[in-house]
Amino acid sequence: MIADVIAVVLLLAVAAYACAGGTDYGAGFWDLTAGGARRGARPRWLIDHAMAPVWEVNNVWLVFVFVIMWTGFPALFQTVFSAMWLPLALAAIGLVLRGAGFALRKPIRRIAGRRLYGAVFALSSLLTPFFLGAAVGGIASGRAVPGTEASAHAWANPTSILFGLIAIVATAFLGAVFLAGDAARYGAPDLVGYFRRRALGSVVALAVLAAVMLTVTRSDAPHVWHGLTHGVGLGLVILAGVCSLATGWLLLRRSGVWSRVTAVGVVAAAVIAWGAAQRPYLIPTSLTVAEGAGDPGSLRWTGLVTLVAVVLVCPAVAFLYWLDTHGELEPLSDTDLRRTEPARDDPTELN
Amino acid sequence: MHTTVTLLAGAPAQLLPARELMAFTLASHIILVPLGVALPLITLVMHYRGLRRNDPVALLLARRWSAVMAVQFAVGVVTGTVLSFEFGLLWPGLMGKWGGVFGIGFGVEAWAFFLEAVLIAIYLYGWRRLKPRTHFLLGLPLPAAALLGAFGILAANAWMNTPQGFTLDAGGKPVDVHIWSAIFTPMFGPQYWHFVVAMLITAGYTVAGVYAVGWLRGRRDRYHRLGFTVPFTLAAVFTPVQFLLGDSIARSVFHKQAVKFAATELVWRTDTHVPEYVFGRLHPDGSISGGIKIPQFDSILAGFTPGTKVTGLTSVPADDRPTATQATIAHWAFDTMVVIGSLLILLALWYGWCRLRQHRLPTSPWFFRGAACAGVASVVAVECGWITAEVGRQPWIVYRHMRIAEAVTATRSTSLWIMLGLVVVVYVFIFGSLLAVLLKMRTNWRLDDARRAVGERTGEPEADTPYGPRARVPAGDPPPDGGTGPGPAKDGRP
Repeated sequence: MIADVIAVVLLLAVAAYACAGGTDYGAGFWDLTAGGARRGARPRWLIDHAMAPVWEVNNVWLVFVFVIMWTGFPALFQTVFSAMWLPLALAAIGLVLRGAGFALRKPIRRIAGRRLYGAVFALSSLLTPFFLGAAVGGIASGRAVPGTEASAHAWANPTSILFGLIAIVATAFLGAVFLAGDAARYGAPDLVGYFRRRALGSVVALAVLAAVMLTVTRSDAPHVWHGLTHGVGLGLVILAGVCSLATGWLLLRRSGVWSRVTAVGVVAAAVIAWGAAQRPYLIPTSLTVAEGAGDPGSLRWTGLVTLVAVVLVCPAVAFLYWLDTHGELEPLSDTDLRRTEPARDDPTELN
Repeated sequence: MHTTVTLLAGAPAQLLPARELMAFTLASHIILVPLGVALPLITLVMHYRGLRRNDPVALLLARRWSAVMAVQFAVGVVTGTVLSFEFGLLWPGLMGKWGGVFGIGFGVEAWAFFLEAVLIAIYLYGWRRLKPRTHFLLGLPLPAAALLGAFGILAANAWMNTPQGFTLDAGGKPVDVHIWSAIFTPMFGPQYWHFVVAMLITAGYTVAGVYAVGWLRGRRDRYHRLGFTVPFTLAAVFTPVQFLLGDSIARSVFHKQAVKFAATELVWRTDTHVPEYVFGRLHPDGSISGGIKIPQFDSILAGFTPGTKVTGLTSVPADDRPTATQATIAHWAFDTMVVIGSLLILLALWYGWCRLRQHRLPTSPWFFRGAACAGVASVVAVECGWITAEVGRQPWIVYRHMRIAEAVTATRSTSLWIMLGLVVVVYVFIFGSLLAVLLKMRTNWRLDDARRAVGERTGEPEADTPYGPRARVPAGDPPPDGGTGPGPAKDGRP
């Protein structure tokens, strides 16, 4: 019973990372495709500004996913990291390069340097979600049987490749939807249209990939396919579909706020659908939730720690997003770092 | 040396690269930790001073420090995430078996870190728009979040040193977990306080060191004075405290991890009246060459009387204890840390004497030379502390319950060597960039201050800080404001 509750918590944490971290990766994707230094200057400027205050927070979800895995389901953690060694190792290196590229690109003045760091950031924004998606695909297709040593077949297979691609497109979709909203907030109407077009394109690509996935998983990951086409899983798949249609419609109707909600709905519903489709397994047909569960005592404590943390952290994160979307968070500029009075002493200066 | 070889011969081939990789990433991450944990506190102290006395110089320092915090926190986030990956990539056996017992500490840490990331974002980006009071108050919980994060990590590490809170079933699986006693293990208290104070001291000396260098180069305005005194005072106050904490943790190790104590003090045979060796090298036959021998001193340190019995390395079989080489490494790391700590105490006393008795800063350039080196020295001491803790525990990953050889991944050693090479290259790139960026920021600020001092108008604000100015948005952007007036430039916000 408690193991099921923690399994749900784990799934929700994965969904949270997919949505929050995914938006971040998507911003990196559009950074990569923004074109040359001149043509891409404006979108990149927006991406920098939209991401800066929240990217670190968005990435902490991943650490939390790992913590629930090793505390609640140690066997799952050991299995996944043994079987999926290479994609996860590459994802880790991608994460480092991405964070460092993003953080260090801004202070650099020379265009060549900015190009280098920007390229590092953008490329790793593409690779990291792909490899994480591939690892999930390996789990979903039941290839990560406990005791599997690191091998290529665990992640170089149709389901893994497809999950990796879906991860990239889903992040691109989230990123574009959020950036369209940010562009409206920053008063850059040309960029609103720019990212809206890209968001609509991503919805279409996502729909195509989802259809391909349902055909491929039928033979490659039968348990998950069955889960996705029956009962709760099917309901969630339909929900994701409805959300994506709604997002497309809202984008055309130019509603910034609600399109974000539905876009998050698409990704969250898809992740939860995958989790529901795997029931009762952590790893389809080889490790059930009950078998993989750790000590009931630690599971209860994990639940308690999560509960306390939700009470503490959720308001804080909500507050951060609220401040961010209300334009209260503004980077320090050079002028602030000079020997002048801080800006806010003169409210008339701010407009 | 030949014992090392024979012991390693039985070990899996991937053990060495896995250990090297873990050691390298940990050591790199630890360089950033003091600033991540304690710089927010130091900045808030400066910020408070600025608000309280309406002091623009203090506020300027706080703003600049928060700009430094931003860059280094970002890099700390990613290097920290890599470590959580490595638990799975390198030590799946550890987490697979024991994750349920001691993993909860990391859970606390993850949430605390979450909170810290949120608060830091609000603090960094709140300077311009939030009301001064609101902004400061929102920054106030930052040190508490940092302390909570340290709590989680140290609980996990202390558990590895003194594991408890479980019973083993017939198959050797830990069952019946008592989380409370798994978190509050005997080593937890000593390790936690020793660590937290170390972070505070290191951050204080590091920040002060920057201004000490400026002082030596003749920049002695109020800005440098304030930038030096606030962090240095904080660090100097805690240095003697750290000495007492360090003494007490050594005694805790003596009681709880006798073999580790024997390794750090090079005690070969269990005995009374044991001499203390300062440096020196242990050989596989138990003889010690080099170093300074102080008769009976080790027993006195451990139990206050020369008659105290100290457990030796030979009290356990050879493959249950650190090798002679490992013991020598732990011993050197420990002694280096103690020497640095003692030197820092002298520096702190010098400072205290001048401030309290003569109500001025020390004038000797030697004091400032010492202060300039204190930051680097404390980072070295922190590294040495971790080396002592980790190497002294060998060959165990969970003391007396699991060897590192049992925990290591089954991945081919070739993959691990390649990964190690890749990570080293990436980290050199990142840390080099971080250093270059910080130095660049410092240089630009200095030039700016120098220009301002001679009354010259500064021209276009250059893109030298993590925050700005916004890259001019081509097209549809209002003409840039020169940024020379007393107010802010409406830089780039279209």
